[in-house]
Amino acid sequence: MLRLLFLGLSLLGLSTFAAVLPEDRADTLYHRYEGGGVTIDGPSILVRKSIGDSVSLTGNYYVDNVSSASIDVVTSASPYTEERRQKSLAVDYLRNNTLMNLSYINSEESDYSADTTSFSISQDMFGDLTTVTLGYSLGDDQVGKNGDPDFSESTQRQNYRLGLSQVLTKNALLGINWETITEEGFLNNPYRSVRYRDGSGGFLTEPEVYPRTRTSNALSFKLRYYLPYRAALSGEYRYFNDTWGIRAQNAQIGYTQPFLQAWLFDIKYRYYTQNEADFYSDLFARAGETNFRARDKELSRFHSQTLGLAISYEFARSGWSFIDHGSLNLSYDYMRFDYDNFRNLTVDAPAGEEPLYSFDANVWRAYLSLWY
Amino acid sequence: MTKFILPLAGLCLLLGGCIEPWVKPYERAHLADPIMSFDRDPVGSAYIDHVYESREAARGAEGAGGGGCGCN
Amino acid sequence: MFQPIVPSHKFRLLLLLLTLAWSTSPWAAGGKAMAPDFTLKSLSGENLKLSELRGEVVMINFWASWCGPCRQEMPLLDQLYKRYKPMGFTILGVNVEEDSQAAKKLLKDLPVSFPILFDNRNQVSRLYKVSAMPSTFLVDRDGKLRFMHKGYQSGYEDEYQRQVRALIRE
Repeated sequence: MLRLLFLGLSLLGLSTFAAVLPEDRADTLYHRYEGGGVTIDGPSILVRKSIGDSVSLTGNYYVDNVSSASIDVVTSASPYTEERRQKSLAVDYLRNNTLMNLSYINSEESDYSADTTSFSISQDMFGDLTTVTLGYSLGDDQVGKNGDPDFSESTQRQNYRLGLSQVLTKNALLGINWETITEEGFLNNPYRSVRYRDGSGGFLTEPEVYPRTRTSNALSFKLRYYLPYRAALSGEYRYFNDTWGIRAQNAQIGYTQPFLQAWLFDIKYRYYTQNEADFYSDLFARAGETNFRARDKELSRFHSQTLGLAISYEFARSGWSFIDHGSLNLSYDYMRFDYDNFRNLTVDAPAGEEPLYSFDANVWRAYLSLWY
Repeated sequence: MTKFILPLAGLCLLLGGCIEPWVKPYERAHLADPIMSFDRDPVGSAYIDHVYESREAARGAEGAGGGGCGCN
Repeated sequence: MFQPIVPSHKFRLLLLLLTLAWSTSPWAAGGKAMAPDFTLKSLSGENLKLSELRGEVVMINFWASWCGPCRQEMPLLDQLYKRYKPMGFTILGVNVEEDSQAAKKLLKDLPVSFPILFDNRNQVSRLYKVSAMPSTFLVDRDGKLRFMHKGYQSGYEDEYQRQVRALIRE
């Protein structure tokens, strides 16, 4: 029975269609994040070139230059600068209506090194109306600690992805994605600590202790709709949960409006909300109150909002030398984070009565894209 | 009866000729428009995804391919 | 009354289904069916009817400005046209877009010498059961459909050339 099914699949070659490789392009981006006492900027460069009809190579170089005096740092350490470099290489292979991708990403900074290898396979079916994608990633991280050469820990991570892209109508596209991530090893930050009441209105600190495993699941839906006067409406929703007790949701709406032949304008709004991890507390009652303890604001209860604006200008639309067309882009995102149970310790107050922390950030992306 | 229908339906589906695509290949002008792409600027969107992932507990399920011109 | 399906019959069933699926294509009559006739407006303004080209080998290429492989193929088709036109060969570039603006603009940047027709209401696309972009059909001097190609990949133009030469020599 199964053999017959496979026979049917292979004979599908008679009436199947093929897909196309991702476009050849080169992008140079400058990114800048300023918020919460942190400034991170740097370049991101991508180059993609196809070789023949079946293979495409992509290379990316990315740098984060960090100047941090963030709330975590200010209250327990001194401001620092850091550089993180990331290099990646990917290969796409196309065969009829199957697209395979193999990629390797390496990220390096003075106290953290990460290596991730990923594989994915995409299949177009039903007259190219449906695309099913399966992906797997394997990550291996080495965690160090600045100023402590004997400190060495590691983390292993596996990602499982399943995606479905479906053409609904001539004007609508739906994307559904599922991702499960399992991690094992040293999952916390060697510099961060938690605080507990000292019994006299103040607090003392002790190192944070995290579980050595974490499994998370995320399910997202994306919709894109073409408006008759040439514009696009987009909507996204994602639900997330993990074994640390965190549940999160985010929703986003966007609108893309072309104008004056060569210009594109984008506006988007995103809302994100999460609850705290089971072992999170801004202020523990006493030392070693629980087996696992965290005071990382990333694991607290908070919500964030983003308003994004982007403008793009397309040039050389009829080609120029070896360039097919290009675009100049600028985008600005305003983000605001409001914490419900993480307090701002830069303000002098009795322990547990400090104001709740919140901050906003300005994120810039300026980039040039070329297609050839 | 079910022993007959199930494999038949399965083969029919697989053969694709039984399911007529309701959007024909020549009707994909709008879907092929770059403004309808899920990921028009991969470098920019990878960066913004990274900004969120490093500040939020949630991660994953960001990607989606497909749509487009459906050529070849 | 259905007979219970015995394992040895399943293979025959698969073949039957395949033939049925295959029979929905224009090749059902053994690969020599008449190419469906049509009349479309050309870029130069006048109407062009397929049956008026009887006696010539005709290549019908369905394309769109938004289709990458179609754009890749056009200059190669132009070369083919220029080479075999004196021997009684023509290409009809049928544009399938509802709005011809983008196609006309592309033709300004990428001009071709063969006739371009506009199938704005997709009547001809439906008639030819176009199931891939681009789609190329070859019609012989008697007006019969002889070859069909779905999509375009490098190297297809060699196959086109072989088939055109064979049809010209008939």
